[in-house]
Amino acid sequence: MAERVVITGLGLVCPMGHDVETVWQGMLTGKDGFATTTIFDASTFPSKFGAEVKDYDISRHTKNPGLHAYANRGSSFVVGAGAEACRQARIDVETDSPGDGIDRRRMGIYLGAGEGSVDNDVFFDALAKAWDNDKQEMDWSVWADVAFGGMHPLKELEQEPNLPAGHLALLTGARGHTRSCLTACAASTQAVGEAVMIIRRGQAAVMLAGGAHSMIHPLGVTGFNRLTALSTRNDSPHTASRPFSASRDGFVLGEGAAIVVLVSLASAKKRGVEILAEIIGFGSSSDAFRVTDMHDEARGAVQAINAALADAQVTYKDIDYISTHGTSTGENDSIETLAIKTVFGDHAKKVPASSAKSMFGHLIGATGCAELITCVLAIRDNILPPTKNLHDADPELDLDYVPNEPRKAKVDIAMSESFGFGGQNNVLIIKRYD
Amino acid sequence: MNDRRVVITGIGAFSPLGMNADEMWEGLVAGRCGIDTIKAFDPVGFTCKIAGEVGEYNIRKHVPKYHRKATKLMSRDIELSVIAANEAVADAGLVTKATDPDNVTIDPARFAINIGAGLISCDLVELSPSVAASITDGNFDIGKWGTAGLEALTPLWLLKYLPNMLACHVGIIHDIQGPSNSITCGESGAYLAIGEAAQIIDRGSADVALAGGCEAKVNPIVMIRQCLLKRVTSASNDDPKTACRPFDADAKGSVFGEGAGMVVLETLDGALDRGAEIYAEVTGFGGSNSLNAAYEHLEPDGKGVRIAIEQALAEAGIEPGDLDLVIPCGSGIPQDDAAEATAIADALGSAVESIPVWPIKSMTSHTGAAAGAIEVIAAVMAMQKGTIPAAINCENKADGCKLNIISESVNKPVRYVLCCGYSFGGQTAALVLKNFEGQVNG
Repeated sequence: MAERVVITGLGLVCPMGHDVETVWQGMLTGKDGFATTTIFDASTFPSKFGAEVKDYDISRHTKNPGLHAYANRGSSFVVGAGAEACRQARIDVETDSPGDGIDRRRMGIYLGAGEGSVDNDVFFDALAKAWDNDKQEMDWSVWADVAFGGMHPLKELEQEPNLPAGHLALLTGARGHTRSCLTACAASTQAVGEAVMIIRRGQAAVMLAGGAHSMIHPLGVTGFNRLTALSTRNDSPHTASRPFSASRDGFVLGEGAAIVVLVSLASAKKRGVEILAEIIGFGSSSDAFRVTDMHDEARGAVQAINAALADAQVTYKDIDYISTHGTSTGENDSIETLAIKTVFGDHAKKVPASSAKSMFGHLIGATGCAELITCVLAIRDNILPPTKNLHDADPELDLDYVPNEPRKAKVDIAMSESFGFGGQNNVLIIKRYD
Repeated sequence: MNDRRVVITGIGAFSPLGMNADEMWEGLVAGRCGIDTIKAFDPVGFTCKIAGEVGEYNIRKHVPKYHRKATKLMSRDIELSVIAANEAVADAGLVTKATDPDNVTIDPARFAINIGAGLISCDLVELSPSVAASITDGNFDIGKWGTAGLEALTPLWLLKYLPNMLACHVGIIHDIQGPSNSITCGESGAYLAIGEAAQIIDRGSADVALAGGCEAKVNPIVMIRQCLLKRVTSASNDDPKTACRPFDADAKGSVFGEGAGMVVLETLDGALDRGAEIYAEVTGFGGSNSLNAAYEHLEPDGKGVRIAIEQALAEAGIEPGDLDLVIPCGSGIPQDDAAEATAIADALGSAVESIPVWPIKSMTSHTGAAAGAIEVIAAVMAMQKGTIPAAINCENKADGCKLNIISESVNKPVRYVLCCGYSFGGQTAALVLKNFEGQVNG
């Protein structure tokens, strides 16, 4: 019999706040995380705004900020989210002799985490100085001179996507199975799902799972702007993210970190820790369709949803709430709606399905776990977070997206969907624990 | 809980030692070194001017017609993964959409992919015209970049550099519709990807998986990063063949390179049913963290590596003395090699003195996220051939190193192999492979 897996801690650093309750209360009171970009000068970019984590001070979350001095934004956020989640789950951090009764060899980490920004000043300066535009040639010796002179070894190392997991390990002392994946926008849902499997297998008693990412930097915004994936509604950042509306024009790029503490039910009971929800299903698939597009009939998304339902041993009729991927791009919102209709049939319109990205933006690698956390809170409080800015319904998209206002509703089982560029589809199902 | 045995039935390796797994094996047996002066760019000004580079190839020849247009979206990491994946699929005798769409032998929905991938560095030459369009008074001007610079870039630019795009392209080529993951744990990525893929099959989420690792590290950004972190040797630019010296007293640092290794994993029952040649069984998988305030290096006692090895041995249900071969990470960085040697010695106890240890990065170079897969393939081939080739560049072991670095090749049955690795930044991994020969009930 596989171990049952429950959630005992939540941690969130995102554009709407640096802790779970602040973010959640914001979501229920009409707030959002959108504003003009300040991390770099984006004033000439097609998208001049985003969803930044504001006023974040790592020293409020760690006794040992020096250990994280060179951390990229994602790694820095994961320290805050990890510390919050561990506090709730009664896991001791930053100590050589934890008194929480958890064997560190049985405590692992699984993040869906992203790369850090290049060191922009020296990166662009080196290219500017070394490139001969007449000859269309690089003078590598000039490039190396500038780069060696300006680049800092640890700032370079911190660009690697495995570093957020490294920082979380340093915070918690975790010595169990540890992985980090980067399946684009589906990464942290996949990380949580695979972490569940590690506990079910009995290879760990505790997993710190989730994600961390920031792509709010010149090359990141450049990449998404070139793909025309971002909203360019520069005159109205607060209404730019409008999933499922007829006038949606792209997502709003966010950043952050989200962590859930997953433990075997046996371990939670033994330690007497409050159980917030049980993870009962995980489904994963890939589109194998096109590099640039989701499968046009939602084949992969449907397969992942069905796999999650089968794993959870429930049917679509048991799902009380869907936290959608809901990016506010033309393609995602249409294909995702099609996927839900394909699986849920006539029942689809009866299942409320909203998008947290309408409030905190798209946290890329971190987004899936952040949204999973909102599902836990929806179950706890029996409240559905809304899809904000949904005033002009797309006639093709006719599900109950919980438009604009939160809604009281009994939620016992919730499903969280994530679909990544390149066709990775990951779905989690959680259930009230009683 | 499913309890399905998972076996390796196909291998593909594109490495500095050759275009395929056989060429790599020939190189390893001959003690050939794939490290040479960097050709990909002019390394003038770099402290380390050598690397392991793969031979020339034409990617279009490796991609079926229906995906050929997408080759323009392939960074080098993606290209290498496509080539190694093709070899592994063919070697396993699987028929996919790419090889014969009318006679596919595998249910796409039950086919998984899991690739250890690195941080794909942007092509600086591709970016430079955009930078050139963004200059004011000789300096980079972000304001101009936001208009002229950005517009000079190809619209799909970002898609070349997402680490999951290796699995995406390979998945489209071979029509892989099951779980797809991209493990981005640096140098331990391939071990973790193979270990996870085995577990995905074991739990019944797929029946067959392509798994491995790929990384193209020979570009200015990655190489300067290794130089800045002082992980590379700068002492052997004139003598590349002796540069990478794992566990040797004269080691001065690693040498990085590029490559790809992919294996086909499937259930034992499925492999037997289709009459596939079975190379090895994945029997043990471990993973942990190195905890070191100076996280650019392993902790001095290598405890995170030791824990991963202990987990893998326990899962395999074997004692250290059952091992016939250890393939370590052996990066050639003196302090990391010392820590790893300590970890292996602590994990294996007294058995450490007798078990042959065969570091191969002296020949293949350190191929980053590909390294674990290339080492698993070397282990599989050692089992198949009943040969452990000699290590090179370790004439005098470093002080305190208790490992039995194999100096003469040995012909003998190789039943159990331990492979282990670590990333710079924390994650450690270990796999135990078991020779399959005649072991259906073993």
